[in-house]
Amino acid sequence: MKLHIIGSGPAGLAAAEAGLAAGAQVCLIDDNPAPGGQIWRGGPGAWTDPRARALWEQVKDHPRLTQLQTAQVVGAVAPGSLLLENETGGTLVQFERLIVCSGAREVVLPFPGWTLPGVTGAGGLQALIKGGMAVRGRQVVVAGSGPLLLATAATALAAGARIEAIVEHQGLSRLSRFGFGLALRHPGKLRQAVSLFAALRGIPYLAAGQIVEARGPDALQRVVVRTPRAVREFACDFLAAGFGLSPNTDLGQLLGCAIAGGAIEADQRQRTSVQHVWAAGECTGIGGVDKALIEGRIAALDALGLAPTARELSVRRQCHDFSALLARSFALRPSLKDMCRPETIVCRCEDVTASALGPHGGWREAKLATRVGMGACQGKTCSAACSFLFDWTGPGARMPIMPASAGALSQIE
Amino acid sequence: MIQPDSSCAVTVNGISVRVPPGASVAAALVAAGTLCTRRSVTGQMRFAFCGIGQCQECRVSIDGQPHRLACRTSCKEGMHIVTGGEG
Ligand SMILES: Cc1cc2nc3c(=O)[nH]c(=O)nc-3n(C[C@H](O)[C@@H](O)[C@H](O)COP(=O)(O)OP(=O)(O)OC[C@H]3O[C@@H](n4cnc5c(N)ncnc54)[C@H](O)[C@@H]3O)c2cc1C
Ligand code: FES
Repeated sequence: MKLHIIGSGPAGLAAAEAGLAAGAQVCLIDDNPAPGGQIWRGGPGAWTDPRARALWEQVKDHPRLTQLQTAQVVGAVAPGSLLLENETGGTLVQFERLIVCSGAREVVLPFPGWTLPGVTGAGGLQALIKGGMAVRGRQVVVAGSGPLLLATAATALAAGARIEAIVEHQGLSRLSRFGFGLALRHPGKLRQAVSLFAALRGIPYLAAGQIVEARGPDALQRVVVRTPRAVREFACDFLAAGFGLSPNTDLGQLLGCAIAGGAIEADQRQRTSVQHVWAAGECTGIGGVDKALIEGRIAALDALGLAPTARELSVRRQCHDFSALLARSFALRPSLKDMCRPETIVCRCEDVTASALGPHGGWREAKLATRVGMGACQGKTCSAACSFLFDWTGPGARMPIMPASAGALSQIE
Repeated sequence: MIQPDSSCAVTVNGISVRVPPGASVAAALVAAGTLCTRRSVTGQMRFAFCGIGQCQECRVSIDGQPHRLACRTSCKEGMHIVTGGEG
């Protein structure tokens, strides 16, 4: 039996390990140069998580593994067929059973100055640092909402940056309810949060804070934030601004999988609505690395006709409880819309401002009139922002899901 | 993959810098002090934003090939990187 797995993050690696252990041929495809996905970025040499190392040990030189890195799935051409692009061009890949582990992308919301060089997403800064970008001695402000802010601050601090402040948009009451939720049901996660806070001791943590603007002139120099008590300004070289994650459903959509609540719909066994297609990890809902690991494993077992154990199903349930707690605790507050002013650019590819978008009735109409979402990122950055700011239904994924060369597209018969 | 003891030399707009092997092209740009990957359609400076290959803000030219993503390309010895080339 042969499994194709898209994405070599925790979900994809767990699926590959389970698949190989059960005797399957596994083809693992990822567009990054090295395996590991977002949390384990930088390749095996940089990993500190023993779970990553253990999985990789089982997988890496396995005779039944085919590994394709720097290979991006840009389309689903016909049932059972994917179009892949790599450095040398395009290839069609036929699959019998497919596990989609495509992860998440960051939710980024526009504010004045967010296009200045030096402003990145929160996970974005972390990814850049894990990719070897030096921040030693640089001043960094981390702002937005969600647990990733702490992880980002810790990564930047460990890389030698000076963290000027962490600005979390949720107020203390929501944050402490999240803390209670962890204490009650997820003690492991609570310990993680506590040790993160301990590592970040002494750094100003501003709850109920909001970005007012990032200032240039040409590259980032300062950020202005507001709390209920004061307006404060911080000098900085990097501003890591993130507002949570959203499932990357592009490939799922292209394959025709049902989407529910912004995620690829998957049942207890990670089956999607399309036969022979499973989905696991952040693409089925945001819940972090533990959820990705267990879902990846269950998906591979089910794809091979094996049943997960009761314990595995119970771990999965626990992870889904945590997902729900995250979603409740860090739901974006409408007040974040105030960050975006009329002259603020919303679509970074085409430089379209909020005032140019505002008068339109929906995404399609705005697109035809302003070119919003028609640039190189195809709306991957601004469509979530537009849904939040204007209540528009975003665009569906279309082929190719990423910019692809004509050479690659010519492979389609 | 990143080995701290060795390094790899690339040029950024003609300036030579050394980065750890396996480092991204975005890392090399920062090492060279270049915080501009491209100019936006209205001429603003832009730099890597998402870090994971989604936003396309980090497009640069690598060894003569335009539109390569700096965040998702690893540096290789002798690579020539040129930034800011598009409108
Ligand atoms: C920028 C960013 C940084 C993050 N940093 C952290 C962190 O430091 N700590 C933490 O706890 N959580 C972090 N997360 C959350 C993260 O999603 C993890 O919890 C975890 O990595 C999820 O595992 P996964 O396997 O579901 O997805 P991922 O790890 O995201 O793996 C998905 C993989 O699929 C690949 N892929 C997607 N689409 C395609 C395609 N069409 N073709 C080929 N390959 C494709 C991606 O490039 C990626 O390598 C981060 C998230 C983001 C977006
Ligand atoms: S930084 Fe967004 S694509 Fe490279």
